[in-house]
Amino acid sequence: MRCEDLAGMVTTTAEGVAVDDWRGRRHVESCLRCQAELARYRKLLRTLRTLRSDLFDPGPELVADVLASLEEAGERHLLRSLLSGHRVVYVGGLAVATAGAAGALVIASRTRGRRVPLAG
Amino acid sequence: MSDASDTVDALARAAREGDRRAFEELVRSTSTETYTLAYRLVGDEDDARDVVQEAYLRAYRGISRFRGDARFTTWMYRITANCAVTHLERRRRHRHEELADDAPLADHCAERDPQARADVGALRDELTQALQELPPRLRAVVVLRDVYDLRHEDIAAELGITETAAKVRLHRARARLRARLFPERETREEVTARAV
Repeated sequence: MRCEDLAGMVTTTAEGVAVDDWRGRRHVESCLRCQAELARYRKLLRTLRTLRSDLFDPGPELVADVLASLEEAGERHLLRSLLSGHRVVYVGGLAVATAGAAGALVIASRTRGRRVPLAG
Repeated sequence: MSDASDTVDALARAAREGDRRAFEELVRSTSTETYTLAYRLVGDEDDARDVVQEAYLRAYRGISRFRGDARFTTWMYRITANCAVTHLERRRRHRHEELADDAPLADHCAERDPQARADVGALRDELTQALQELPPRLRAVVVLRDVYDLRHEDIAAELGITETAAKVRLHRARARLRARLFPERETREEVTARAV
């Protein structure tokens, strides 16, 4: 194994970094140059992990903007459901009116049929 | 498990049940972390803001699908990564500015004294800068894996690549960061390139 091949064998573990090939591990044990290289990788990965706690402040307006866009999305959703609700109400109203008119006609025709002729 | 994480997960459960106020509280609790990830991925404040807005909108629409078997923040990281990739793709189409994977990084530290960079704070600053100089496709993988500890399969899913491709990108990204931060020794790629 050559020292240059080490980079391809370095993997991360919960503890830091390791060499995932037995030939590589054997080589590292006897190669100071590669031990130093592994130490650099450990340092790199350790530092990368610490970046998670480095937070960038977006300023208060970001939350306001996000909430406004959620509000807008919520309103659009509400509007859509209202519109579809209105359609249901409109169709339902038409059905009720038609049924009502039909009922009125039936009652009227029955009333006419039962009309008692006036005496004399 | 920290109290703050528990609170966030409790809010996520309430939001999943349709509690709108709980979702708004989630935004307040997690927006700085989400913005930080977005900024690390896209490298621009305005773009990061757009990504965060889009990410929370997607989260809001999909909160009923959040099963709760992972942390809410992890779920949010995945959505943010996906939004960032979409955003970068759109930006690339418009600006044609993305660097190729093998474009050389500017070497800002060659003339510096290595001893002066021993300080951890300085190394973090330098690493932050080096990450910003990586091509976005390499940066996304190393940030999601090594900073945010997402699994290879999740990274691959959100970036729309195979797990193998994610691992290859991770290796290339680490090698470039290593070369940038510790330029004392050539990387394997540089040795190979010199030999060709």
